[in-house]
Amino acid sequence: MIRIEHLTKKFNGVETLREIDLTIRAGEIFTFIGPSGSGKTTLIRLIDLLERPTAGRIVFDGQDTAGTELERLTIRRRIGMVFQKPAVLNTTVAENVAFGLKFRGVSQEEIRERVPAALDLVGLPHFADRRAPTLSGGEMHRVALARAMVTHPEVLLLDEPTANLDPVSSNMIEDLIIRINKKFGTTIIMSTHDMLQGQRLADHIGVIMGGRLAQVGSINDIFYQPKGREIARFVGIDTILKGIVRNNENGHACIDVGEVRFEAITPCPPGQRVALYIRPEEVTVTLTDDSVQRTSVRNQFVGKVTKIMPNGPFIRLTVDCGFPVTALITRMSCQDLSIGVGTVVSTGIKATAIHVLPDAHGAPG
Amino acid sequence: MDDIAEGVIQAINLIITLNPDVMQIAALSLYISLSATIIAALIAIPVGSLIHFHEFRGKRALIILIQTLYSVPTVVVGLVIYLLISRSGPLGFFGLLWSPAGMILGQTVLIVPIMMGLIISALSGIDRGISDTLVALGATTSQKVLEIVKEARYAILSAVVLGFGRAIAEVGVAMMIGGNIRDQTRVLTTAITLETGMGNFGISIALGIILLAVALIVVVILNLITSGFSDDSRHIAGGPRG
Repeated sequence: MIRIEHLTKKFNGVETLREIDLTIRAGEIFTFIGPSGSGKTTLIRLIDLLERPTAGRIVFDGQDTAGTELERLTIRRRIGMVFQKPAVLNTTVAENVAFGLKFRGVSQEEIRERVPAALDLVGLPHFADRRAPTLSGGEMHRVALARAMVTHPEVLLLDEPTANLDPVSSNMIEDLIIRINKKFGTTIIMSTHDMLQGQRLADHIGVIMGGRLAQVGSINDIFYQPKGREIARFVGIDTILKGIVRNNENGHACIDVGEVRFEAITPCPPGQRVALYIRPEEVTVTLTDDSVQRTSVRNQFVGKVTKIMPNGPFIRLTVDCGFPVTALITRMSCQDLSIGVGTVVSTGIKATAIHVLPDAHGAPG
Repeated sequence: MDDIAEGVIQAINLIITLNPDVMQIAALSLYISLSATIIAALIAIPVGSLIHFHEFRGKRALIILIQTLYSVPTVVVGLVIYLLISRSGPLGFFGLLWSPAGMILGQTVLIVPIMMGLIISALSGIDRGISDTLVALGATTSQKVLEIVKEARYAILSAVVLGFGRAIAEVGVAMMIGGNIRDQTRVLTTAITLETGMGNFGISIALGIILLAVALIVVVILNLITSGFSDDSRHIAGGPRG
């Protein structure tokens, strides 16, 4: 549906986006994730043809978008957009929703049919006569969504659709996004700094870091096989260890991290410097006295708990095993095991749960 | 004190009896200042929009110049227009001196800067997000400009009302261009000056009250027009939520 080639955007000589190459397929939900200020909004604005690229091009449905303003307007009218902070005009909700149709010269009769349908879609059927500026943040977002959807766009762009919203409104918007995608087959391109939201909604994820597209892939690719340290940190991997491969038998490798030996699955040859990425939820925690014999887990390390941080319904433990390991356990198991700072525990990590990447620079840690 | 009390009583008398002289002066004032306001708005809204929606070299300097002209003394405008339209001036052949048309011209020149400057700030006051939203919704440039002008309607109305206020309240242009000729170019402000000079405080006070009453009526009508524009008269004074 959309092909982006070598896209670069500079503002006053400063590069905001650099050399983006990407294809977004028709009918999918594609999510850009990345920290604030990484260039997600700029990329979304470029796709909506609100800005012109400094270099490179965007091809929409086979058509180059670098044409005249009129050609760009024609393409833009096939796209719907909801901004991070939706702006409403100082008039009724119905009139706000009708703008896109009015601009396209749709007849009054058809506007009278389509506006209520769009408000129905977002669950605000009785809001037509309300003054738009009096709405709450969540309602305004839904009006903005109705306003974008009323024109039946082929592509819907959503910039941080749930930033600054309460959890209930966020859920409602997320449900709507999925419903719109399923019901109308609308291609949805959204950005978020919330990686879990990306995980919940997206068919494909593009990670944007410092203006570059750092990685594109499925949820599994991004969350379990990040291509680098920054992406790993961003998708919630705290434990990143540097080591060196000692031997490797058919992909089953022994890797030394300082004095400690890990077993992991990797094609990296002996002598290769590597980084080990371990997701906190893959780390098991047991008390030292009842553990070691009855587990098949290959990597067992004993250490002292140094930090306990609540994390929603979970507890994030940092254990010092000569190297720091972060584990995510439920609140209940934390209580059952009566773990506190200073408790000596055994951490277990399956060989298959360790993601190994060659580490080009930096000495083994 | 006696003068004031007598003046107020006389004023009430003149107003209640609809004194033909006073009414004629009030009507001429209204005609001239309203004409100047309409012409100035027809210039200031499009030109102000043009300045706001275009980026060009010297834009900031132009806006500063416009803002400086807010403070131009009415007598200076009167002088410049006088020199332009007097018999020997470059526009002398129109014969505008000592005529209501000349006064309309002078008041228009006087209030265009303040109207235009305030319209530019009214348009700048509209959130950038609104402009982006309109473009994203598929507006052409002219559709976008129209919607933003509509969105800024209350602030633009204030600009127009202020322009009208400056026009109907000024003496300099009316005196220098109109000449305060009875039944021809005498307006409320020049009449007040004259009557006060002659010690007729009652008529002066009456004319002052009438001037404010005329202003009140015009402002109310302009407000009604603006709110009717988007059918939200119920909300103009901050009506109930929803």
